[in-house]
Amino acid sequence: MQYKGNSIVKEGKAVQLDDGVYWVGALDPDLRSFDIILNTANGTSYNSYLIEGSEGYALIDTVKAEFADDFFARLESVTDYSKIKAIVLNHLEPDHTGALPELLKRAPQARVYISQRAQSMLKALLKDSSENLEFQVVNTGEQISLGDCTLTFLSTPFLHWPDTQCTYLEEREILFSGDVFGCHFCDGRLFNDKVGDFRFSFDYYYAHIMRPFKKWVLEALDLIDPLDLRIIAPTHGPILRDRPRRYVNHYRELASNSLSGELGTNEKSMIVFYMSSYGNTARMAEAISVGAGSISGVRVSMFDLQGGETEPFVDLIEEADALILGSPTINGDAVKPIWDLLSSLIVVDLKGKVGAAFGSFGWSGEAVRMIEDRLRGLKLRVPQQGLRVKLIPNDEELEDCYNFGKDIASILIGKKKECKVLEFGEL
Amino acid sequence: MAKAKVSFDDIDLTVNVPVGTRVIEVSEKVGSGIIYGCRECDCGTCIMEVVEGWNNLSEPSVLEDKVLRENLAGRHQRLACQAQIIGDVTVKPV
Ligand SMILES: Cc1cc2nc3c(=O)[nH]c(=O)nc-3n(C[C@H](O)[C@H](O)[C@H](O)COP(=O)(O)O)c2cc1C
Ligand code: FES
Ligand SMILES: [Fe+2]
Ligand SMILES: [Fe+2]
Repeated sequence: MQYKGNSIVKEGKAVQLDDGVYWVGALDPDLRSFDIILNTANGTSYNSYLIEGSEGYALIDTVKAEFADDFFARLESVTDYSKIKAIVLNHLEPDHTGALPELLKRAPQARVYISQRAQSMLKALLKDSSENLEFQVVNTGEQISLGDCTLTFLSTPFLHWPDTQCTYLEEREILFSGDVFGCHFCDGRLFNDKVGDFRFSFDYYYAHIMRPFKKWVLEALDLIDPLDLRIIAPTHGPILRDRPRRYVNHYRELASNSLSGELGTNEKSMIVFYMSSYGNTARMAEAISVGAGSISGVRVSMFDLQGGETEPFVDLIEEADALILGSPTINGDAVKPIWDLLSSLIVVDLKGKVGAAFGSFGWSGEAVRMIEDRLRGLKLRVPQQGLRVKLIPNDEELEDCYNFGKDIASILIGKKKECKVLEFGEL
Repeated sequence: MAKAKVSFDDIDLTVNVPVGTRVIEVSEKVGSGIIYGCRECDCGTCIMEVVEGWNNLSEPSVLEDKVLRENLAGRHQRLACQAQIIGDVTVKPV
């Protein structure tokens, strides 16, 4: 195991992190890929915490199923199962609930505390074994007492699943934050002032796991900001006991728009991306951009996907208000760079942005409809039916393109079209 | 066939639909900002605000009620993938 020499994690032993608070998690140094979407160059940890109160113990989260033995051994080094009064599930993902079914068997008297949105998920997770399971739903501000200490719950949904919440131990000023403030970084020295340099891992985790939920991150930070914080104890990676507030502030920076303020405050940003083999779709893109730019209050940027890297484009799209994609139809499909761009967008929140598609085609023209469907699937709204031109656009068709851009730009600035009534059959 | 009007407040557009049509069948086609996830009464992604005509939507099922509750829906909110239009109604994204 890595860092064996200076690791404070010993087999079968809990690590005390504060008065009456223990780490009973597991290290997974050999993991190289997490949830398919993340690389984990030095593995990860599954942090689970045990809190001792004068009237019993509370356990916060468990570990991945393969590590259940490590977890139970650490737990048993502090207490026996009959003294566990509460099991708090801050997040139901299997990396934190893997040991739960067995734990429920060993500590049947313990009450399970979950968030409002976790209810149906918990049932789906435990399937048949959940039939008689009693759990208690908790919301922001609700508390449970362990005698001489109190746990307060904070409802922080969508970080990064609907069920997520944080739990605060008031008397010790410790926030058990779930995946928030976590990272995949395996180091037996456990604490942020002792482990190796994990800055990259921290930002990488945010970028891939939390970034799509920016809006929810900011709401959670509003709940966390007023808390006195001595320690932040996340479910993965280092325990943040040295200046924990820095990480809260850093999350706020990460969740704030990097480019905001570049455009005028009342300006809307529209981005047009296209690919073109013979220049037909490119000509359409040009006319659409000019048309959109004729509406004041809309700033249009146009890019040929052939000349760019996907990642910076993703940053641009995150900040944009409208995303217009142009592709020719090649073998009955839109071209690969368009799909590559679209499949890279899972890391950003697209809800409510305006989307549209256009393109030149030869005989069947499937690309535009396919892109539109994908845009809807990504939760953009597609208010204007896509524009297709057969082969080379003539002046009249370029005029259509100009008006298409203009219409989308008008929608973007909220200029109301005259109130229309349509027939269902015509849609 | 009996008809009813569904209006989408966010895009100022009204559609005449056969009674019994679900909101989901119309809203995406016209580009309203109401969004969908599972499309089958499970995830709560499609929660929408009913601006007018609350009683002109089909009664929520037990399952819809449960999803609305779990997702902390407000007083005038319904699932757009479930609610059927039975009279004139105005809706918008939350
Ligand atoms: C990072 C991440 C994001 C997820 N996002 C979604 C989602 O948006 N919607 C959903 O229905 N499930 C989501 N899930 C849940 C997975 O689909 C679920 O855990 C599934 O059982 C995994 O299947 P597998 O074991 O075949 O990988 C997500 C899971 C992870 C790890
Ligand atoms: S889309 Fe999931 S409940 Fe309607
Ligand atoms: Fe997670
Ligand atoms: Fe996790």
